[in-house]
Amino acid sequence: MKIGKKDIEYIAHLSRIELSETEKETFVSQLSDIISYIEKLNRLNTESVKPMSCAINATNVFREDILTSSLSLEEAQLNAPAANGVFFKVPKVIE
Amino acid sequence: MEYEVVVGLETHAELATVSKLFCGCSTKFGSEPNTQVCPVCLGMPGVLPVMNKKAFEYALKAAIALNCKIREYTNFDRKSYYYPDLPKNYQISQNYHNLGVDGSMDICVHDRVNRIRIHNVHLEEEAGKLIHPEEAGADYSLVDFNRAGVPLLEIVSYPDMRNVDEVESYMQTLRKILLYTEVSDCKMQEGSLRFEASISLRKKGSEKLGNRVEIKNLNSMKSVLKAIEYETKRQADSLDRGETIDRETRLWDEVNEKSARMRSKEEAQDYRYFPEPDLLPVVIDAKWLDEVKVTIPELPLARKQRFMEVFKLSDYDTSLLIEEKILADFFEGCIKIVDRPKAFCNWITNDLLREVNDRKLDIHHLPIRPKQLAALVEIIEKGTISSTIAKEVFSEMIQTGKDPQAIIEEKKLAQISDEGFIEAVIVKVISGNPAVIEDYKKGKKNALTFLVGQVMKETKGKANPKMVNELVQKKIDA
Repeated sequence: MKIGKKDIEYIAHLSRIELSETEKETFVSQLSDIISYIEKLNRLNTESVKPMSCAINATNVFREDILTSSLSLEEAQLNAPAANGVFFKVPKVIE
Repeated sequence: MEYEVVVGLETHAELATVSKLFCGCSTKFGSEPNTQVCPVCLGMPGVLPVMNKKAFEYALKAAIALNCKIREYTNFDRKSYYYPDLPKNYQISQNYHNLGVDGSMDICVHDRVNRIRIHNVHLEEEAGKLIHPEEAGADYSLVDFNRAGVPLLEIVSYPDMRNVDEVESYMQTLRKILLYTEVSDCKMQEGSLRFEASISLRKKGSEKLGNRVEIKNLNSMKSVLKAIEYETKRQADSLDRGETIDRETRLWDEVNEKSARMRSKEEAQDYRYFPEPDLLPVVIDAKWLDEVKVTIPELPLARKQRFMEVFKLSDYDTSLLIEEKILADFFEGCIKIVDRPKAFCNWITNDLLREVNDRKLDIHHLPIRPKQLAALVEIIEKGTISSTIAKEVFSEMIQTGKDPQAIIEEKKLAQISDEGFIEAVIVKVISGNPAVIEDYKKGKKNALTFLVGQVMKETKGKANPKMVNELVQKKIDA
């Protein structure tokens, strides 16, 4: 699969990352290399292999519906770039 | 041109667990913002979600109640999108192996039963709540993450509805099923139950579906119906002008009652779903399925039909009774003690509901038990009190929670059937109303009714009305 500049721009946009023109060039070649490397897997016959979504061979792990303690407001906001009173503050969301 | 509207609904219902889907934070509504949060629901690096068993079982229960095929193997997927109400930048949801698929729900419109197919039922996590400050020029939004991670059930219907009546019935029926199965409190004013509509138009008689428009921000069932009416007209006008309908998402503006294109969603969504590696798959075996199945009560429509059949109640009466499970349960509790369906139905749908509304009582914490209402109905049948006095006793029961017998004794409300006593009152009334007696003798028969009324008034309604009638007649004919 060929990765072009458009793909890089699209992925960057989805991830809300701004890239310079040189960075885009770098990623086009790096991502293309990575994808071609992984494409080797296509040569394997996986017809009888079940898709795997988890590395552990286990199912049905649950917790009971019981309350545990939450963080205090102060603790919760420690990592926040911006807060406003009891809220987290974010750039305006337009709808 | 004549068009047919085609509607499908997506429903989100918050599940009634005490803790969130993947962590032990409380799901309580209305607490101080950002006090029911922890590293898991705030999406801190390195944390791991662990599934709430009750939430999963509630979802399973709803899926079974909606006649879905239950997958033996189900897992969860990451739905990636960047939005400030989503702390992890992905929502844990289901896409490839939904819990329940190919279900159906019967709705009743104008006495006709219609089957609406359910595409899928799945479990996901709720997002946080965004608050947009009203001050002019504010360049920020605020987020409360208390709601983030609350278990959310999504129910997706097929586009099987053709008019607003069907849509309304679908919403009401689904709400009742979720309430009957007790998986959600369905409080729309608290956002526990929300609807999104997909609306398209096609030429009448055509099989081919038109491009669908999704409508979001519908805050009440009324908004859903208004939005469908508005969209139908908007799309019809557009088509009549020879325009095409874009497949898009529009937001409902509740104040101006119109929809507008949602700018932030103009670009195609790319959620890049992939299996959630932090959660293990769930395997539902037959034993577990049976255990959940037995917890599903008789559903509203079946119960309604049974009430009509077994108790010979009208369509209208049964609709009122089954509207709230607690009322239908109360009714059945009474019936087990005394077999008077119509009497109980009247007491519950008229008097009980009126008291609940007037006193603003919580219907789930009624002050009286079925056996108390049954006792009251028995007392009336025995003739101990008249139906007028019974209303007074009932009101007192609601206020105090006391048994009817105790109230009757305390307030000395028992019906008077003492012939001598009643006769004495009649003599008094007759002698006080000579003109009325004259009228009666001249042939005015309604003078009798007046005298009976006076006697009842004198005895504060406690005299046995049947006896009063007979004795007054006897007395003035004598």
